[in-house]
Amino acid sequence: MEGDIVQMGAYIGAGLACMGMGGAAVGVGSIVGNYLSGALRNPSAASGQTAMLFIGIAFSEAFGIFSFLVALLLMFAV
Amino acid sequence: MTTQSSEAAAGHAAEVAEKGMPQLDFSTFPNQIFWLLVTLVVVYLILTKLALPRISSVLAERQGTITNDLAAAEELKRKAEDAEGAYNKALADARAEAQRIATETRAEIQADLDRAMEKANAEIAAKSAEAAKAIAEIRESAMETVKDVAADVARDVVVALGGKADKRSITAAVNARLKG
Amino acid sequence: MAAEAEGGTGLVFHPMKQFKIEPLFGEGPIHWYTITNQTLWMALAVLTIFLLLVVGTSRRALVPSRIQSVGELAYGFIYRMVEDVVGKDGVKYFPYVMTLFMFIVVSNFLGLIPFSFTTTSHIAITAVLALLVFVGVTILGFVKNGIGFLKLFWVSSAPAALRPVLAIIELISYFVRPVSHSIRLAGNIMAGHAVIKVFAGFAAVLAIAPLSLLGVVAMFGMDMLVAFVQAYVFTILTCVYLKDALHPSH
Repeated sequence: MEGDIVQMGAYIGAGLACMGMGGAAVGVGSIVGNYLSGALRNPSAASGQTAMLFIGIAFSEAFGIFSFLVALLLMFAV
Repeated sequence: MTTQSSEAAAGHAAEVAEKGMPQLDFSTFPNQIFWLLVTLVVVYLILTKLALPRISSVLAERQGTITNDLAAAEELKRKAEDAEGAYNKALADARAEAQRIATETRAEIQADLDRAMEKANAEIAAKSAEAAKAIAEIRESAMETVKDVAADVARDVVVALGGKADKRSITAAVNARLKG
Repeated sequence: MAAEAEGGTGLVFHPMKQFKIEPLFGEGPIHWYTITNQTLWMALAVLTIFLLLVVGTSRRALVPSRIQSVGELAYGFIYRMVEDVVGKDGVKYFPYVMTLFMFIVVSNFLGLIPFSFTTTSHIAITAVLALLVFVGVTILGFVKNGIGFLKLFWVSSAPAALRPVLAIIELISYFVRPVSHSIRLAGNIMAGHAVIKVFAGFAAVLAIAPLSLLGVVAMFGMDMLVAFVQAYVFTILTCVYLKDALHPSH
């Protein structure tokens, strides 16, 4: 196939952008792990903090989604 | 046919790919925004005019019913407690009454018993006094008889011995002997 | 028949094709009033909300039926969220929050129906939703607090030297809010659907078809979760922004 160099760069860039999702995964894992260890220490306070848990997950997950979006843009929009 | 279809698929994919992401097709944005606003307004109207008042009234009604039921249950519980108190009071009263009746009866029976006992004692005493009197009489008469018999025997003995029987002296001697 | 399509030219079908907006009747350019497949699915979302919250509760049963209790659950869920996050004075904005939540959650779940169109996967839609929240909250903050609303950016608990720097950071993060707010929702939904399509595309290769079907099922379950969690997150972030507007002091 005779793809041009721009397309090749875009595809490589899309692959690189996907590495950003790993960071989001680490972040979400850290949040949930800390929530769980806190909840096991003080289970009575855990139910009141689930909203904060989801807000935290959403914030850190957003960056993984951003990197996914960049990958999609490179794949299909550039 | 297979190559044809795969070519068609590939061609189709390429054709779509040329257009890029549909999300970034700015020519559709006014359409999307317009219909989104229409949708949101409709949803808002449905919610505020129909759904939310109805659901909140249903929830309030249920809350009211639950509150009423709880109050009724409280009332019934109070009544049951009252009834239990009355029952306990009646029970205590009845028990006290029974106690009283038992005591009274016992006292009555005791009194009867005492009376009967007293009467029996009195009778027994009277009878024993009578008997003692009779015994005393019998003893008296026996003593008299002994005296007489002793005097007779003494005279007879005196006579048999060839003495002279003096009635008065014999009686005195017998009396003296009996006393001794 | 598609098993021979591994010609190296890409997938059998394009993972982004499902998001394409087309006129529902006939061909031609899309004007602002054109009824498209997206319009159809938004209308279906409205219909679903109507069936769930109006028809479902029409019996006003004291002991709710299944549909009625779903409606009541949604009502209680959002009402408590607004009350807990915003406070007692936020309850009067409850209908707006409820509108957002119902539209997003119903659109997300309708989008999971095979061959359907996912309204919330479009940046334009979520951007309008997020901008409505952003503009509304900003106006509300200035109306309620006047110029005191700017105290939101002035972190009074920080050391005095740091405050201007923090103010700039707070200001930037305030204006990034609608961006992350909208891209989070659209990106999550779009990513889920695109990944399902990619897995489905692998099914064309016979050797890994069972694995890819398993992947489709797993991703579908994941997307069910994401569909609810993203609607929840969008709503609770709206509540948090609303709280900032009503009580701006840190």
